[in-house]
Parts: sequence; structure tokens; C-alpha cells
Amino acid sequence: MDKDINIKVKVWRQNGPKDKGHFETYSLEKISQGSSFLEMLDILNEQLINEGKEPVVFDHDCREGICGMCSLYINGHPHGPDTGITTCQLHMRHFNDGDTITVEPWRSAGFPIIKDLMVDRSAFDKIIQAGGYISVNTGGVPDANAIPIPREDAEMAMDAAACIGCGACVAACKNGSAMLFVSAKVSQFALLPQGRVEAARRAKSMVAKMDELGFGNCTNTGACEVECPKNISITNIARLNREFLKAKLRD
Amino acid sequence: MSWLIDSSIGRKFVQSISGLFMVLFLLFHMSMNLVLIFSYDAYNFLANEVLGANWWAIIGTGVIALGFVIHIIYAIILTLQNRKARGKDRYASPSKTATTWSSQNMFVLGVFILLFLILHLYQMWYNMQFKELFMIEGARHDGAQLVEEVFSHLWVVIVYVIAFIALWFHLTHGFWSALHTIGWNNTIWIKRIKVLSNIVATVICLGFMVVAIAVHLGYSNLLG
Ligand code: HEM
Ligand code: SF4
Ligand code: FES
Repeated sequence: MDKDINIKVKVWRQNGPKDKGHFETYSLEKISQGSSFLEMLDILNEQLINEGKEPVVFDHDCREGICGMCSLYINGHPHGPDTGITTCQLHMRHFNDGDTITVEPWRSAGFPIIKDLMVDRSAFDKIIQAGGYISVNTGGVPDANAIPIPREDAEMAMDAAACIGCGACVAACKNGSAMLFVSAKVSQFALLPQGRVEAARRAKSMVAKMDELGFGNCTNTGACEVECPKNISITNIARLNREFLKAKLRD
Repeated sequence: MSWLIDSSIGRKFVQSISGLFMVLFLLFHMSMNLVLIFSYDAYNFLANEVLGANWWAIIGTGVIALGFVIHIIYAIILTLQNRKARGKDRYASPSKTATTWSSQNMFVLGVFILLFLILHLYQMWYNMQFKELFMIEGARHDGAQLVEEVFSHLWVVIVYVIAFIALWFHLTHGFWSALHTIGWNNTIWIKRIKVLSNIVATVICLGFMVVAIAVHLGYSNLLG
């Protein structure tokens, strides 16, 4: 049964990218365990506004696990203690009366803090722009079943395409590596005939962009896979390595 | 070829290949050590006639040394870059993400192995191949007897055993990680190569340990 709980939240407050930042602890009373984590933060912000203080800035949009905007490091886990979910899908059920919950922004050189809990993830957009697409001519729409695709490949491509670009993989990684994200984006195309055409160029330019933006070298710790809300497998990283090495060796 | 230093996957590729190369070397080294348990004469024959200061042994030593140096240099580069990519600010709440201990401590384990290696080279290789090569007095041709002298000290055996354990941890992650890095993995093989990794690490670790302990306790040169 869901209860109402009294909790403390220890939140990272940082006025801007250059500000040093610090933790601030707030008390919240009678939070329903049936509410979501972000609803709890909404209540906190309402409380702060009523007290004439500045509300806590955090990213969110869809609140149903599909947009990848929400991005909080909660009690030592990106997206909180539950598995296979985003922050917006996290329930207060996972916390108990009297808990102090630590809430931090993603921390990685590739994701500088904008304000409080909001980080700049435009690096991911730049990586996508470097090759995370296929080029098609406009015109008549070809029949979807004209190109036969083995079911296995289609399934794996769809699994990779489930990545919502939230950045939890980078946030979890001791090396600040974006390999899980990039490998998912490369794999969803590499597995399909439509994506093979530009496969070599895609792997090379997306990896080059990732390196240029200062993400780290993957050492296969697997932390990303554990924290990914979409359960993207690190075997995609092996596929990216394969695609990249093949492309380079062919040059 | 500049991608081997300019790109993250290129750097990891070099780290993997040099690591795998050392795994092969260690398997060979360990097999040769096992000969000590059976016969000192056979060991000395292998060490002097087959290896010794022959040209192939010298080239071999050079290649192994190069592999090591590359591995260490890349380990330092990778680790420094990764610390930088992680950023200056650390999380206040300690990470609760479940990962293997080895995977988080590859550099520390590596440094440990390196320190051991310096001691090991000084105790064994310096007195055998190095002295012979540079015509320094006292080069030893009775390698097996040298090993016996070195391992007669309990502290040496303890230090070696600790180093083999560090190596075990380094390899349980390192071996499968290297295969993954060169792209040899998929959803079926990932379980297999992790098991394989544990087997390789255990065989190498036990093989070395058994010889050190057996020589110390006198269970060596059994066939004379
Ligand atoms: C001199 C001391 C050593 C240092 C400083 C060192 C350091 C490192 C570091 C930092 C990594 C990268 C971490 C990772 O990929 O997870 C690594 C990987 C590796 N090391 Fe070592 N190491 C040393 C000795 C050895 C030895 C003696 C072997 C083998 C016999 C070895 C085999 C490997 C393998 C197979 C990898 C995996 C490569 C990859 O995943 O790409 N290392 N080492
Ligand atoms: S791979 Fe997973 S953790 Fe990384 S960005 Fe995609 S959905 Fe988020
Ligand atoms: S707000 Fe859209 S995934 Fe959480």
C-alpha cells in the first residue's frame, strides 16, 4: 500500500555554467508514494516558489519515458534505483519515510551544467548530425516489403533504435564515454540494408565527432548497460568497434 | 595509420592487441615454467639452447618488450583521457551501478603488475639473458638453479603470489574486453567470452603459482 512519506531531498544548486555550485537540503512532508519522482520535484518547486525562493531547474518533457529529456542522478544511479526506466517513470514507492534522497545532474565533461540539474546534451545532437541518418531521395514511396530483411536483424535494429538519447550511459561511465549511445545509433542502421550504403562513413564520422567532443575511451566496464533505461546491450559496442575497424582497415 | 592514436577505438584496438599478445606470451612462459616441476636439466636445455641469447630469442624479447611498453604507454594515455572526460566534478553519492571490481581498477592492477615485473626482471632475466648479452660477469646458465635460489625465500614467493592474483583480476576483465574491443562479440558470444576470460586468467594464474610454490617446497625437478 502506498503511504504518505516525509523525506529530505539534497539537491545540487548551481546558478550557471561558471558558478561553483553546492548542495541544498529541503524537507518535504506527506509525499504520496504513488506520485512520480518528478511530481515530487514539482511539489518541491511549488513550495520554493511559495517561500519566494528560486525553483530547482531540471529537464523533462514527455514524462512517459520516450523523449529522453529527464536526466537525474539519484542516490548513486542515473535515473534512480529502479532498472529499465527513465527518471520520469520512477515512483516515490522506491523511497521510505525519513529517507534523504541525493539528486545530482549528469556529471561528465561532455555534458556541462547549464543550471542546477540541467545539463547541455547538445553534444549528442552533434554526433547525430555527423552521420546518424540515411540519405534517401524524395519521390515515390517504395513498397516497405520490397527489401527482405531477416527477422533477427530487424529485431536487433529495433532494439538499438529504442535508445532515446538521454545520456544516462555517459553519466554512469567512469570514463565519460558515449559509446553505448553512439553504438546504438550506428547499429540501428548497420543492421539494415538501407543503412549499409553509408555504414563505413557513418561509423568513422560519428566516432570522430564523439572523440572531438571530449567523450572518453570505452573500457567495457558495462556500467552504461546496467543503467540504460532502454536496456541497450553493450554488444552494440562490439558491433560499432567492428564497423569502425573494418572501415579503417579498408581505407 | 594515425587513427591508431587519434581515435578512441583505434587506441583501444592497440591496447587490446598488445594485451592479447602478452596473454599469448604468458601462456608460453607458464608452460615453460611447468617444466621446472619435472626436470631442471630439461628446463636449462630449453632456456640455453632453444632460447638463451640466440638471435630469435633476442628478437622475441625485443618484441615482447615493445608490446609491454606500448601497452603501458597506452594505458597511461587512456586513463588520463578518461579522467579528463569524466570531468572535474565527482558525484557526491557513491556510484551504486553494479560492475565488476576488475573493470573499475584496470590501471591500478596494471601498475601493480608493472612493479612486480621490475622486481622479476631484475631477479631472473637480468642475471641470465641480459648479463650474457652485454658480457657482464656472472651470467647464469643454470636458470633452474637460479629460480630455486630465488624461490627459496618465502617473501619472494608471497610477493609473486600476490602479483599473480593481481594479474588474475586484470585478465578476467582484460581478456574478454580485448575481444570485445576488436569486435568479436555478440549477444550469444558475450557469455562465452566472459567464461573463456575467467578460464584463461585462472589457468595463467594457477600455472605460475603452482611452480613458485612447488619450487619453494621442494616439489620440483621430480624426474631429475
Ligand atoms: C605493466 C603493467 C600494465 C598496465 C599499467 C596495464 C594497464 C591496462 C589498462 C589501463 C587497460 C585498459 C583498461 C581496459 O581496457 O579495461 C588494460 C587493458 C588490458 N590489459 Fe593491461 N596493463 C598492464 C599489464 C598487462 C599484462 C601483463 C597483460 C597480459 C598478460 C595485460 C593485458 C591486458 C588486456 C588483454 C587488456 C584489455 C584490452 C582492451 O580491453 O582493449 N595487461 N591494461
Ligand atoms: S544508450 Fe541508453 S542510456 Fe545511453 S542515451 Fe541511449 S537510452 Fe540513454
Ligand atoms: S521526460 Fe521524457 S523520457 Fe522522461
